Amino acid sequence: MTMNILVVDDEADIQPLFKQRFRKEIKSGEMKLHFALSGEEAVTYLASGASEVVLILSDVNMPGMSGLELLQHIRKSRSTAPPFVMMITAYGDETNYRRSMELGADDFLTKPLDFNLLKDKLKDLDAHG
Amino acid sequence: MLIEPLFALLLADYLRRKVDPRQVDYDIRQYAIRGRYIAIGLLILDVVTNSLAIDMAIRLYVVALMWLVYSRKELHVGRSLMFSMIPYLVASFVGDVVEAIDANFYDTYEYVFESANLFGVLWFGAMWFVNRSQRKALERERIRREAEETRVRVMAEMKVNLEAEVAQRTAELQQQKEELEEALEELKHTQAQLIHSEKMASLGELTAGIAHEIQNPLNFVNNFSEVSVELLDELKAGPLAQLPETATEEAEELIGDLTQNLEKISLHGKRADGIVKSMLQHSRSSAGEKSEIDINALADEYMRLSYHGLRAKDKSFNATMETDFAGDLHRIAVVPQDLGRVLLNLFNNAFYSVSEKKKSGAPDGYEPQVSVTTRNIRLTDGRDAVQIAIRDNGTGIPKAILDKVYQPFFTTKPTGQGTGLGLSMSYDIIHKVHGGEMKIDTEEGKYAAFIITIPA
Repeated sequence: MTMNILVVDDEADIQPLFKQRFRKEIKSGEMKLHFALSGEEAVTYLASGASEVVLILSDVNMPGMSGLELLQHIRKSRSTAPPFVMMITAYGDETNYRRSMELGADDFLTKPLDFNLLKDKLKDLDAHG
Repeated sequence: MLIEPLFALLLADYLRRKVDPRQVDYDIRQYAIRGRYIAIGLLILDVVTNSLAIDMAIRLYVVALMWLVYSRKELHVGRSLMFSMIPYLVASFVGDVVEAIDANFYDTYEYVFESANLFGVLWFGAMWFVNRSQRKALERERIRREAEETRVRVMAEMKVNLEAEVAQRTAELQQQKEELEEALEELKHTQAQLIHSEKMASLGELTAGIAHEIQNPLNFVNNFSEVSVELLDELKAGPLAQLPETATEEAEELIGDLTQNLEKISLHGKRADGIVKSMLQHSRSSAGEKSEIDINALADEYMRLSYHGLRAKDKSFNATMETDFAGDLHRIAVVPQDLGRVLLNLFNNAFYSVSEKKKSGAPDGYEPQVSVTTRNIRLTDGRDAVQIAIRDNGTGIPKAILDKVYQPFFTTKPTGQGTGLGLSMSYDIIHKVHGGEMKIDTEEGKYAAFIITIPA
């Protein structure tokens, strides 16, 4: 089964990085990556219902709608089959970590992203979620 | 009837009143009173008898009294009064003598003698008044002079008092001036310290800001280099195997070089990442909770940790550790992790310094030594405080760089061995988190001591 993942980050370079990191998984059809450059774009994409996104990886600090606002929006609007949301923040930003957890983030990743750790988490999610 | 006894009475009375008893070595009042009684006695005698001899005796007494006034220095005040009596005395005496010798002649010229007597009495009366007014004028003058003298004396006293007061005020002002100068000196010192700590604080913030900004691009560098290594591995395993035999070798060589380069990029990227992380600890330093801990134990623990850390890297390293802990050290609230980082930094520096000294040709018998001392002290503002001093007999700090050691990225260690952030961070932790102070006591080539003061 294909896992649809939405990556939200205002840095465009994050896209080739994810694509290359998850090359094998994309090739084998285990995983499908979608990207949004802002919170607003992510909301639009989710609303369009183009695909059933099960995991959202979102940066916290973005111009416009922040990751935390996006998280709030998702938790409010999608009550049935809620997607798994992981927040990504800068190293050691404790306030954002606490806010994310309060708003109902499922997990929390710090920059710089440890892709091996992320892969492990995804495998875990695949197996149990 | 004679007037002479009255004169004697007046003269005796006058002397009693006017002679200053302090200038006489006998009791003048007693004598004067006696003289008065004798004069009264003579007056009565003169009234009850009528004999020329007695009259003469009375005159003799009066003249004797007058002679005394004339001859004795202490009785001189009575002289003018005495002189004014003479004309009458003479007239009266001559009249009596003439009457005794030739009564007829006297009777014939009685009016002359009577007039002479009257003149004598008038003369005495006039002189009495003149003397009296003169005496009064003199008295007034004397009082005026006395008042003047009193005034001068009072003024002199006032002058002395004033001078004493001026001297006292001058001393007070001098003292105030000295106190003010001292205060000014202290203020200048404090200002310099404030400017310094302000500079350090802004540098710390700048450092944290820079770190945040560098972090994102650095992440990309690290991640792309890592993923590129993976891609090359894939390339080697997949498409490369299908190349003709002749091209394989060269392709593998190129891929090997590329892999190596990417690993180098990754390695140095990680190094930069380490620096960025320690820079970020600046901004994180206030996150911890304060708790009261045993600072002696903390210092001891980190001293050992630092020593064994260095020993693990360099087996030949050795140093004596000395501890001098105050048993009754105040328990003060600190952030244990933060203070631990500071202590670790300072101990690392101390051990590094002694090992450098030993390596770079220290004199024979050089004993590397690092010591830690804790003390209870009282700050100038009266607060209790704890002082931790970490001292080594290593290379010391040259004067020229002493005010740079707290600057971020300032290091004397070779490239790659120190970030130059240790002391900068320690300074921040002690000053900002604990409101304390850090001081350095050092002599180049001999010793260095870092003295931390944390108020309770």
